[in-house]
Amino acid sequence: MSEPQRTPFVDSLLEAAAQTSLPGSTIGWLDAARRENLEAFAAAGLPDTRMEAWKYTALRALGQRRFAPGDAQAAMRDVDASAFALPGIDGPALVFVNGVFRADLSRTEALPAGLSLLPLSQALQGDAEPLRFALSRHYREGGDVFARLNAALAGDGVVLRVAAGAKIAEPVHLLMIGAPAEDALAWHVRHVIELGEGAELSLIEHHASGGDQQHLGTQVADVVLREGAKLRHVTLQDIAASSTLVRHNQLQLDARAQASLYVLELGGALVRHDLHATLVGDESRLDTHGVFVLNGRQHVDTQMAIRHQGLNTASHSVWRGVADQRSRGVFRGAIVVAQGADGSDASLSSKNLLLSGQAEIDTKPELEIYADEVKAAHGATVGQLDERSLFYLRSRGIPLTEARAMLTAAFCRAVFESLPDERLREHLNHQLMAHLPSA
Amino acid sequence: MLKIENLHARVEGKDILKGLTLTVNPGEVHAIMGPNGAGKSTLGNVLSGRDGYEVTEGTVTFNGVDLLALEPEERAAAGMFLAFQYPVEIPGVNNTYFLRAALNAQRKQRGEKELDSMQFLKLVREKLKIMQISDELLHRAVNEGFSGGEKKRNEIFQMAVLEPKLAILDETDSGLDIDALKQVAQGVNALRSAERGFLVITHYQRLLDYIEPDFVHVLADGRIVESGDKTLALKLEEHGYAWVADKDPVLTGASA
Repeated sequence: MSEPQRTPFVDSLLEAAAQTSLPGSTIGWLDAARRENLEAFAAAGLPDTRMEAWKYTALRALGQRRFAPGDAQAAMRDVDASAFALPGIDGPALVFVNGVFRADLSRTEALPAGLSLLPLSQALQGDAEPLRFALSRHYREGGDVFARLNAALAGDGVVLRVAAGAKIAEPVHLLMIGAPAEDALAWHVRHVIELGEGAELSLIEHHASGGDQQHLGTQVADVVLREGAKLRHVTLQDIAASSTLVRHNQLQLDARAQASLYVLELGGALVRHDLHATLVGDESRLDTHGVFVLNGRQHVDTQMAIRHQGLNTASHSVWRGVADQRSRGVFRGAIVVAQGADGSDASLSSKNLLLSGQAEIDTKPELEIYADEVKAAHGATVGQLDERSLFYLRSRGIPLTEARAMLTAAFCRAVFESLPDERLREHLNHQLMAHLPSA
Repeated sequence: MLKIENLHARVEGKDILKGLTLTVNPGEVHAIMGPNGAGKSTLGNVLSGRDGYEVTEGTVTFNGVDLLALEPEERAAAGMFLAFQYPVEIPGVNNTYFLRAALNAQRKQRGEKELDSMQFLKLVREKLKIMQISDELLHRAVNEGFSGGEKKRNEIFQMAVLEPKLAILDETDSGLDIDALKQVAQGVNALRSAERGFLVITHYQRLLDYIEPDFVHVLADGRIVESGDKTLALKLEEHGYAWVADKDPVLTGASA
């Protein structure tokens, strides 16, 4: 094996690790897991584009950058969390500023029965044993470099559990805010989420920025749905166009569990989202709905991998991408129907729109089937606005820019139609419209 | 109102219109008839400003303005309307939303006050009544899943709401059965007025049984080769387009 390059990026994060005392550092197994992941991170360094998972996302520029260790001021920074309130949503909320939990900005009083919601930093002060399985994971895939980094350096995040049978009516709002600091810094959050048998939860994962900054944020989330549990997971990513965010979300569905994911990617200079879902149990069901809208020099890469493992499982995915100016969107949707996963039903649609000659979108649906009696369909397109439709609108008096905006909005809008929560649906559509090139 | 003089136009390097001259005054209904390939649809497309049609000679003025210098949306705002032969389906764009955006965009370009949703709804209700169209069409996406007849009626309904000064009907009768044809013609007739001109482009005479023209022109090989009143359409129906070609020395020479 060749010696990995020691980049300023890796050096600065190793220095950060040496300087930081993380919550839970006295827990032996946790400390060991952090060390091992850090060593693996240092040994492998950043992957290059020869690696399939990073083929379209070059990390060379990131490798030359240095990040300060965690934000010592995070607990005191003046941040207006109300700027990120979602209309009509006033249930439980956990707010993190530069990766640090902020009780003063959160709403954790009077939690509904069956919901347990704690920041990881607090959970580690109590009995950490229930977290052992999730937090002592090793990320062995070569491409999991940021998950490794996160495992080594995350000291906060959310530990959320819904008791068996509990149906939580109000959505839980997780808000990660990147706040401007003296230096560009790296922050990390680690979420552990579990829905017990038959439990129901609506979750909002919200990434925002309290101003212009060049931070690197990483997030790892483990989400487990026990038998018959139902999750609705809405992600709104609207960070500053100068910052970097890498998310690694892992989802496990036991028998008859159901998850509906809605993802809206709007912000960021460099954004990477790995979404790995495994339909472990029979008759489990996943649907994903995603839209990215990019402009400037944004680069947003979504890598979705869905694995059908149980009998008669279903996954349906609809993704739309719009890239304007010199932006670049990447979408890879890989569906694997494992041996024995008979009766699987999988579909994936990725349609993309280029609004400028300099924009680029790379989309790649992949389908691997090792089972029998499988229904699978996938399709991907990259194109431009339909000239005939544009002319039709213009011939009725609608100016070109407005006609383009109208058709672009129409292209994306259908994706969130199936989101049952009207408040969230309206909000996502509103944010979407605000980011589309306007008339 | 519309003055076309010696219009030459080219599509993909091929000359289609070769010196077309025509004047339409307010209140007049002109029918343009002609065989396939005569340049009928090219005329509609050139007038509405579609890309890919190159005007190589001649002028078109619309109420004194150089029409060919205007963008398609400016032509619409100036009062020109093209009822498409093949209306486009636009999934995701609601019909009512589209129509209100169109009307307000035109009003804005003309410096008029935009209509709020209440005023617009009132206008739409009025027009629905005249057009005898069910309001169910309004709630759907523009032309999506519409039958051939519904698409054409939707074109006429748009015309009713936008109230153009000049309406061009591009083979509006194509693909319609007789009942749908009658409905569409009824709509058009309801919109005839002393201020509004019509240019009805058609291959067949039967549409003109229901929309009675003041003038009939025969278009052949890119020029108007014969003009007359509505009886000309009947003669054509009886004798076919060959009859006109026989009378035209250029065409006779060309086909010999």
